[in-house]
Amino acid sequence: MRLIRKVGGWFDQRLQCATPIRETMEHPVPRRTASWAYVFGSAALTVFVLQLVTGILLALLYVPSAGEAWNSLQILNHQVTLGWFIRALHGWGSNFMVAIVLIHMVQVFLFGAYKFPRELTWIVGILLLLLTLGMAFTGQVLRFDQDAYWGLGIGASISSRVPVLGPWIVKLLLGGPIIAGATLSRFFALHVFLIPGSLIAFVGLHLLLVLKLGINEWPMPGRIVRRATYLQEYHELTHKDGVPFVPGAVAKDMFFSGFILLCIAACAVYFGPFGPSGQPDPTIIQTVPRPDYFFLWLYAVLSLLPPSMETPALLIGPVIALGVLLALPFFSGEGEKSWKRRPIAVLTILLVAVALGTLTHLAGYAPWSPVMDAWSGEPIPAQYLKGRTALERQGVLVFQAKQCHNCHALGGAGGKRGPDLDRVALDLTEDQLIRQVIQGGGNMPAYGKNLSPPETTALVAFLETLHPTEQAPARDASREADVGTRP
Amino acid sequence: MTPPNELSRRGMVVKLGLLFNGAVGVMLGVPIVRYLLSPVIRERRPGYESWLSLGLLGQFPEGETRLASYRNPVANSTDGETANIPCWVRRVAGEKFQVFAINCAHLGCPVRWFPQSGLFMCPCHGGAYYSDGSRASGPPERGLFEYPYKVDQGKLLIDAGQMPTTGAPTAKLINISAGRPPCA
Repeated sequence: MRLIRKVGGWFDQRLQCATPIRETMEHPVPRRTASWAYVFGSAALTVFVLQLVTGILLALLYVPSAGEAWNSLQILNHQVTLGWFIRALHGWGSNFMVAIVLIHMVQVFLFGAYKFPRELTWIVGILLLLLTLGMAFTGQVLRFDQDAYWGLGIGASISSRVPVLGPWIVKLLLGGPIIAGATLSRFFALHVFLIPGSLIAFVGLHLLLVLKLGINEWPMPGRIVRRATYLQEYHELTHKDGVPFVPGAVAKDMFFSGFILLCIAACAVYFGPFGPSGQPDPTIIQTVPRPDYFFLWLYAVLSLLPPSMETPALLIGPVIALGVLLALPFFSGEGEKSWKRRPIAVLTILLVAVALGTLTHLAGYAPWSPVMDAWSGEPIPAQYLKGRTALERQGVLVFQAKQCHNCHALGGAGGKRGPDLDRVALDLTEDQLIRQVIQGGGNMPAYGKNLSPPETTALVAFLETLHPTEQAPARDASREADVGTRP
Repeated sequence: MTPPNELSRRGMVVKLGLLFNGAVGVMLGVPIVRYLLSPVIRERRPGYESWLSLGLLGQFPEGETRLASYRNPVANSTDGETANIPCWVRRVAGEKFQVFAINCAHLGCPVRWFPQSGLFMCPCHGGAYYSDGSRASGPPERGLFEYPYKVDQGKLLIDAGQMPTTGAPTAKLINISAGRPPCA
């Protein structure tokens, strides 16, 4: 013990940092900030450290070459001892990091922590959010599989829509005319050097600001932030009723960080690593590219926006969102901090959360995409075949052979791109069905050129049977008056 | 106390030092920026696009649409499989072809051909195209990208080399909706 103290003393005589470190650790914080609501920032830092460590471990074996990256991931997954576990930790760590950073941001927003004098802390925090999302996207690219390849294609297609500079941006993004070796190398440089370096620098700045300005006090309804008096009030709060950060407030941070690490490890063991999915060979086109979890909402937006709105929304939307976030502490730098007196802030969070949640949920089953193998893989429910005439059954064959099932569901199976057809005969008469099939319209391609008249007759005869037994199909009343036969 | 002229001489030296470092910075900066912009600068020189063979005409039966692929002209050894680019070849009749890029005109996902229904369908956001590449439904605002082609010594050649994207000048040249006949 005496030896340790002696060695420590030797170093401190030279480094002279023991006193400032102790002062930093024991700096007073408001008593109520020793709360479970204040643990997300430190948890994000802990997960970031985990990502640095596991990232370096993966870099020991990963080969950032378009020809070899996928193979090196297979080796990590299957041949290297516990390589799968390190990959899983890194992958789940990234999911947790995005989630914790977002929760941290919501907490900071609801507690009014961005107000005077912590405006710069908030702005640096926005940069950290962008860098974290940048890590998430570039990390998905390094998992160089089919999703990564076509995800890059989507990124390039979005960039190409920038007016005038679009084609240049595409080539700079891809490092050449196509997605290839140069593309992976530059995303490797971004993911391993540029963005982590910036993250370390900005995390340092973020922490420095938290230390210099003090942690945000627990917001009390009615305690108004004013530029003239706030610093004095905060000083009194911390020095008259404060606790030292260590050990007063750090315990909950430590427990929560440990708990999060445990959760990441549990997910890694239970669910395993992410992919890689199929090889990044563009000639294998039997693929259904999907983005990673945190970009699913964007995938949904791109499907649901009207085509004419897409380019403006893609190019102007992020600028507006970023502008609002950056400007927030300047147009609402004073006033109430408590969420109990800020209904619009609470509603905004709820609205954004519901919107992102709904879009992510929708993207989970992607009703806008055709189910590419439904025509060959999803059988027609048996009740639609029983007791049908030969012509109607012929129509069933046409329905399957012409890929109608890829976009239209029967009995809950098949595509959701077009309407379900289980009750179509209630909505459309025979003539309307024929017209819809041949001419298309509403979002349906016209099949006139690809259906012979007998095929159309058979198909429509089948569609006419699609109604509940207790309800009669739609009829054309004017026609019936002429013919006068149908019941 | 330092006399004022002494101070200004020191200040001068500092300013000269800054100027010197600034000049060196620019000298180093120009090649660095040129290096970073090389994917764009290279475009001005020939080489990104060239005539590539998709194979003998006999591989493409009349009236049918087949998947073909080519090796990208500016590939290098580290590109692996990513330099093998697929495309859809439709032989309309005789030596009249249409060669479509694999990339959906919406956001670049790979479209698949369904001969039974005569449609190209995209698995990402649900774009669909007719057999001649024109837009059938979904989010794309235009038809599929089409490569210029020619027939030479019994082989089908296309002019390709860049990933087709909506904003690229090449994409505008080969816009189907403009009604430009494929070169022959």
